[in-house]
Amino acid sequence: MSAATTTVARHSSRSSGLPQHQAERRLGRRLLLPTAILLTLMVGYPIVWALRLSLFSDSITGQTHLVGFDNYARALWGSDAVQFWAAVRDTALFTVAAGGLELVIGVAMALVMSHLGVFRGLVRAMILVPWAIPTAVAAVLWKWMLTPNGIVNELLGRQILWTGETTPARTAVVLIDVWKTAPFVGLLVLAGLQLIPKDLYESAKIDGAGAVRRFRSITLPLVAPAILVAMLFRVLDLMRMYDTPAILTNGANGTATLSLFTYEHAIDQAKFGYGSALSTLTFMLIFAAAFLIIRLCGVKVFASDREGSGG
Amino acid sequence: MTTTADVSVGARTGARARRAVAPARRRRRTLVVLGQLVGFAVLAMWCLFPMYWMIVSSLKGPSAILSNSLVPASPSLLNFETIFQGSHNLLYALRNSLIVAGTTTVIALIVGTLAAYAAARLPIKRRGLVMGIVLATSMFPHIAIVPPLFQLFTEWGWIDTYQALVLPYVSFGLPFAIWVLYSYFRQLPWELEQAAQVDGCTPLTAFARIVLPLAAPAVFTTAILVFIIAWNEFLMANTFSLTLASQPVTVAIARFTGGSELEQPFGPIMAAGVVVTIPLIIVVLIFQRKIIGGLTAGGLKG
Repeated sequence: MSAATTTVARHSSRSSGLPQHQAERRLGRRLLLPTAILLTLMVGYPIVWALRLSLFSDSITGQTHLVGFDNYARALWGSDAVQFWAAVRDTALFTVAAGGLELVIGVAMALVMSHLGVFRGLVRAMILVPWAIPTAVAAVLWKWMLTPNGIVNELLGRQILWTGETTPARTAVVLIDVWKTAPFVGLLVLAGLQLIPKDLYESAKIDGAGAVRRFRSITLPLVAPAILVAMLFRVLDLMRMYDTPAILTNGANGTATLSLFTYEHAIDQAKFGYGSALSTLTFMLIFAAAFLIIRLCGVKVFASDREGSGG
Repeated sequence: MTTTADVSVGARTGARARRAVAPARRRRRTLVVLGQLVGFAVLAMWCLFPMYWMIVSSLKGPSAILSNSLVPASPSLLNFETIFQGSHNLLYALRNSLIVAGTTTVIALIVGTLAAYAAARLPIKRRGLVMGIVLATSMFPHIAIVPPLFQLFTEWGWIDTYQALVLPYVSFGLPFAIWVLYSYFRQLPWELEQAAQVDGCTPLTAFARIVLPLAAPAVFTTAILVFIIAWNEFLMANTFSLTLASQPVTVAIARFTGGSELEQPFGPIMAAGVVVTIPLIIVVLIFQRKIIGGLTAGGLKG
C-alpha cells in the first residue's frame, strides 16, 4: 500500500501492476475522454474537413469536382496572388507593429505599476477595464472617437480621415489593439516582476549598481521568460486578428487581415472550396510562426509547470 | 510612451538618493510621490478615458452628440430608450448572450475540471503531449474552422441556433479552463489524495470529496473568465447568427447601423456598449484579485 502511494505521489510513468495504480490510470483516461471528444469534433474534424473541401471547386449549382491544388495555386501565385500576399503583408505589419508596441508599453506599464505604492490596488483594478471590454465594443467605441469630427481629432487639433485612408486606417487598427492589450501584457509582466526576490536589488545597490544597471542586469533577464511567453501568445493572437478591422473598416484601406480575406471569400461569397484553402493557408502560416518562435527563442511554455508553480 | 519618461523619473530619483545627503531625503520622497501620481494619472487616462467617453456619449441626446464636450450639457436617457424598444430591442441580444455564454461556461467547466484533474493529479501517459494539444487548440486561428463549420452547420440546419455558437465556444473556453485549473491543481499538496486513500477512498471519491471542494474558488474564477471569453466572441457569432433568434450582443452592436456608414447612430450604439460592458466591469472589479491570478496562470487572452 505504501509503495503504491509513493508511486502515485511521484507520478512515475512506470507502469505498476498494483490495482490502485491501474484504477487511477483508467480514471485518468475516462476523465480526459469528454475533452478529447469535444476538441476532436469541434477543432480536429473541421480542420481536416477544410483540407478536403479545399481540394474541390466552387460552383453556384452545388456541383463541385476535385481540382487538386488549384485553389491553393490561385491564392499563392494565381489570379488572387496580389490580394493574398497583401493580406499576408498587412497581417504581418499589424503583428509586428502592435506586438512591438504592446511589449514596450506593457513592460513600461508593469514597471510603473510596481513602483506605485499606495496606488497599486487602484491601478490593478482599472488595468482590467480595457481587457474586459469586448473587442467588438472597443472597435465601435474607437470608430466613434475616430470619426472626422470626433474627440481624437479634436484633441489632436487635426482633421484626419482615420478610416478613409491607408496609413491612418492601419494606425487606428494598431492603436485599438494596443490600447486594449498593452495593459494585459503589463499585468503578465508585473506577475513576472513580483517573482524576483527583493534582496537581489538590495545587494546590487550595495555593490553600487545604478537603477539602469539594476534594470538591465536583474530585471530584464529574470522577466525575459515571462515576456517571451506573453509575446508568443500575442503574436499568435495578432496573426488571427479579425474583429477590429472587420468592424472599423471591413478590410478597406489596407486593413484586410488574413482572417478577413478568408472570411470574405468563404462566407460573403460562399466559396467553401477556395475559402477552405485560404483558411488552411492561414492555419499553416500561424502554425509555422508558432514553431519558429518556440524554436528560435526557446520559449519555455511549460516552464511554470516544471517549477511546480503557476501563480 | 509617457510612461517610459515616468520610469526615468524614478531612475533619477534613485540616482539622487545614492548621493545620500540626509536633508535631500525629504525632497526625494516628494519626487517619488510626484512620479507615482504622474504614473497613476497616465495609466488612469489610458484605461478609463475611452470608457468614460462611451458613457458620456451615451448620455448625450441627438443634438448634443456631435459637441465633444467632456460632460453632457443636459444628460438624456433617450439613447437607452431607443435601444430597448422597437424591432431590434437589445433585450433579445442580451438574452441570447446570457444563454450562449452561460451554457458554454457550464459545459466547459464540468468537462474542463475533470480533464484538468486527470492531467494534473493522475498518472496519465504522455502528459506533456496532452497539455501541448490543449494549448495548441487554444491558439489556433478560429478562421480555420469557419468555412468547414459553415458548410456543416448549413447542412445540419444549425445556422441561427444556439448550439452553433455554444459548441465552438466550448472548444475555445475548454482549453483555457483546463490550462488554468491544471496549474491550480498542480499546486495542491500531494498528501491530500494519499490521506484519502489511507482512509479507503477510491480516486474518484478522493477527487469529489477532497480536491473539488478545495478547488471551488479556482473553478469559480475560471468560470468568470470563460464566461467573458464567450460573451465577447465576435467571429463565430457574426458568421452563424442571422436574426434576433440567436444574435448575441457583440453582433447586435456591430450591426446596429442606420444603413449608410456615414449615419451610423453612435448615440444608441454607445448606450448599447455601456449596457453590455458595465456588468462585466463590475464583476471584474469585484473579483479582480482572483481574475489576475487566473489570467497570469493561464497566460492566455480570451
